[in-house]
Amino acid sequence: MQQIISFLIKNKYFLLFLFLEIIAISLTIQSHSYHKSKFVNSANLITGSIYSNFNSVGNYFHLKEYNAQLAEENVRLKNIIAKNNNQESSKPFTKLDSLIYQQKYTFISAKVSRNDYTKSNNFLTLDRGRNDSIQEELGVITSRGIVGVTTNVSSKYTRVMSVLNENSRINARLINNTHFGTITWDGKDYNTLQFEDLPRQANIKLGDTIITGGKSTIFPEGILIGTINKFEIEDNKYKIINVYLFNDMSAIGHVNVIINLDKQEIRALENNNE
Amino acid sequence: MGYINPLVYILFIFLYPINKEKGLLLIISFLLGLSIDFFSNSGGSNAAATLLIAYLRLPILHIIQNKTEFDYLLFDIKKLNFLQILVYIFSLTIIHHIIVFTLEYYKLQGVTQIALSSFLTSLLTTLLIGFSIALFVKNK
Repeated sequence: MQQIISFLIKNKYFLLFLFLEIIAISLTIQSHSYHKSKFVNSANLITGSIYSNFNSVGNYFHLKEYNAQLAEENVRLKNIIAKNNNQESSKPFTKLDSLIYQQKYTFISAKVSRNDYTKSNNFLTLDRGRNDSIQEELGVITSRGIVGVTTNVSSKYTRVMSVLNENSRINARLINNTHFGTITWDGKDYNTLQFEDLPRQANIKLGDTIITGGKSTIFPEGILIGTINKFEIEDNKYKIINVYLFNDMSAIGHVNVIINLDKQEIRALENNNE
Repeated sequence: MGYINPLVYILFIFLYPINKEKGLLLIISFLLGLSIDFFSNSGGSNAAATLLIAYLRLPILHIIQNKTEFDYLLFDIKKLNFLQILVYIFSLTIIHHIIVFTLEYYKLQGVTQIALSSFLTSLLTTLLIGFSIALFVKNK
């Protein structure tokens, strides 16, 4: 017994070091598994409020840029309306029936108060949280395309797993046919994502647009992602397909969070089948 | 990746008085690293690395000074010669950076990337820490 105590006293610094080191390493390991980084993240009240205070000053310098983005989005939306109006006008009369009409998605605007893009696992922090009805696993987009998926939510802040994260997997498809695959990131260039699992029979060309596939409850179908800027074929399979993002991930100001109103219904149905 | 972010906060480890309580240094450096982790979403990698160099600080000083015992009370970083200071700062910095980048990449395929990032970032961090010590440590 005495030997044990004297051993402890003799090595007390080493034991303290070992103890703290084990805590630190286990926090790191936890942060690398997809859902578990509950404790150390930037969505808590202290870090969140510091980041949003910093950001409220910085935002003034980007107003011009945001205006240009909004104008761009307006043009895109007006074009969509213009397209639909043409189709409608051929029909004699349409009556809106409130029983048939059903809203599937609702959008919440939020401001990015922190954005990483230089690491191998990047996250963003938003200045909205559970109080603004944001939950975990919701899609985050800008007018130009996808940004990420929410992972941790506190009462006022949200941490978003960026598409620039090695754990990120997003269902996507080509705009001109319905073959779908998965969008991932290899951790190298923050403008380029990888499009995987695309079947060989899907013909692709450089410059083809990739959009979200709508096969999950997170993103609705048709959100812009990017264009193909490089692909290689090996053994009659697509080896690499690089997708150049429409979004500039290094300059993200305002985003929209997408809430899928049918999520619970879809989940319940899918769980029933298992 | 095209970006170098120096981690100058480890300057604290170099400036913490050498004759003060050792256990306190371990706890403070762990908390310092952890607070960096909170802001940069990096789990516990900064905490682990900062703690390690806080623990290795004295052994490395022993090696550099080539003495088994030296006077804790009279120790002053400015009394070392230039080369010794450089080796002291650079060795601790590169250990710290290797740990941080390894834990951040967290896979074996990134070995070259980890080596490159840690080496380049260490150069810049060492430079900045060297300047900070030259500027802010008082000459007695």
